[in-house]
Amino acid sequence: MTDSTSTLAASAARRTGGNMNWLRHVKSAFAYALLALAAFVSIFPFFWMIVGATNTSAQISTGKASFGDQLLINIANFLDQVDVVRITINSLIIAGAGTVATLLVTSLAGYAFEIFRSKFRERIFAAMLLMLSIPFAALMIPLFVMMSRFGLINTYQAVILPTVAWIFMIFYFRQATKAFPTELRDAAKIDGLKEWQIFAYVYFPVMRSTYAAAAIIAFMQHWNNYLWPLIVLQTNDMMTVTLVVATLNSAYTPDFGVIMVSAIFATLPTLIIFFVLQRLFVQGLLGSVK
Amino acid sequence: MTIAENSSKGGLLARSRIARREQINGWMFIMPALVLVGIFMIYPILWSLWMSFQVGRGMNLSFGGLSNIIRLTQDPILLRALFNTGIFLVVQVPIMLTLALIFASALNNPKLIGRGFFRTAIFLPCVTSLVAYSVLFKSMFAEDGVINAFLMWAHIIADPIPWLLDPFWARIVIISAITWRWTGYNMIFYLAALQNIDRSIYEAARIDGVPAWAQFLYITVPLLKPVILFTSVISTIGTLQLFDEIMNITNGGNPADSTLTLSVYIYNLTFRFMPSFGYAATVSYVIVIIVAILSYVQFLVARDRRA
Repeated sequence: MTDSTSTLAASAARRTGGNMNWLRHVKSAFAYALLALAAFVSIFPFFWMIVGATNTSAQISTGKASFGDQLLINIANFLDQVDVVRITINSLIIAGAGTVATLLVTSLAGYAFEIFRSKFRERIFAAMLLMLSIPFAALMIPLFVMMSRFGLINTYQAVILPTVAWIFMIFYFRQATKAFPTELRDAAKIDGLKEWQIFAYVYFPVMRSTYAAAAIIAFMQHWNNYLWPLIVLQTNDMMTVTLVVATLNSAYTPDFGVIMVSAIFATLPTLIIFFVLQRLFVQGLLGSVK
Repeated sequence: MTIAENSSKGGLLARSRIARREQINGWMFIMPALVLVGIFMIYPILWSLWMSFQVGRGMNLSFGGLSNIIRLTQDPILLRALFNTGIFLVVQVPIMLTLALIFASALNNPKLIGRGFFRTAIFLPCVTSLVAYSVLFKSMFAEDGVINAFLMWAHIIADPIPWLLDPFWARIVIISAITWRWTGYNMIFYLAALQNIDRSIYEAARIDGVPAWAQFLYITVPLLKPVILFTSVISTIGTLQLFDEIMNITNGGNPADSTLTLSVYIYNLTFRFMPSFGYAATVSYVIVIIVAILSYVQFLVARDRRA
């Protein structure tokens, strides 16, 4: 019966071949139009950001969408209002140290959860997965009180420490470790390597693309972090790039030209990373669901 | 016989020594993460439960019994925040995931010209920081801003829409902003999953004369169910934590608290108004409970799927 219907359908398709072709053209035209619209909408804010940086604040707030001649003035104002070197160093220290610490701690844990299995550790892992969905808002008040008791308010450590044991990353590394060939570990063991040596000299080099992808995601996360730095960083000399963008934006009389320059400045590092390492970037995103 | 016994005993001993060493290593490798999770997650979450039974200003707290919970039930602002978060959840997540699925299936056609360009373009918003893109959206949706200018130029509207001044439109702006930022992100997950589907299934369906929309509905969607579930869970958690956009597009919940979310309200209670840590901790437990319920529902759905 299925056969007869399929033959029927096939012959119907043959009969209306010309029609179907025409329909297919319409459909693919529709797909292109849809994708073009989506691409336009996706790219437009970037265009707006770059155009805005070349216009005056008044022109931006009245919707001028063509290039102007204010770029240098806006950059000069930005450099004038913001200690760019300082905030860049702050952001780089926080994102850099945060990324290295996150990768070290979470890869050790992810590796061990997969390689050294025990019933009890499986339970811990399951409990950690449950914690994955605890919202940060539920932690921030005790964390803030804790940091002020330790006298760590307004320090790099206060920003970095709570973000190091990122459970998502532990999960990511465990998933990635499933692809790590056990023969390599066995061979290294026969050669008399200790467990930490196997991790450092065999696992790490073999998994470098996993590490690179994780580094990209972690760096972005730390670079763009807003809520927690907003709470623990309090003086101007400790501000990060992200915090400065927000501060400029919430000014009583915001200078949109300067804001656009600051937004470009905040987006540029991640944009460059994305274009240079696009493949790794996507791999990092997908790694945890494979 | 004794020799055999001995050697088997020795083997057992050696094996148990190896097993014990494996155990020690297992704990050593996990320890740093475990300690950090303990200090910066488990301890705070328990402390916050304790705090939610305390009252007082700033850090001068004293036990207040159930007074925070009573305040919770009489708090109209909390109700607003819950309502707004619910609206964002119910309206935004389905729209975004549907769009992501449509774009992914359109891009899955290997004969499509400019596939790489479209994919990169739609994914590009994910590269921006939440604060930076919020700032852009705020300026685009200004009363005299570029969006209104465009809509009026195209004769879609006659008068400018008060995007950020009207509760209804302000919510629309927030929903559009989040959709812009995250559709490409979800699309990447769908694309990866689509590429794992055997093309011959579609080939067979096409030969059987199954129309494209039915292929999408009866082949693609069921096969992608696990990924769809995964993306809806992460989108839900993300929406419950909505903070950066609200702070930077609608100045922390304007107009008239119409875009206030739970995270922003907790922030306001702790750091903006008279600091009342105890009550803020109580409100934060509302999110914990919602997340727990949703996780449980997700667990039920996942179990159903396996059965």
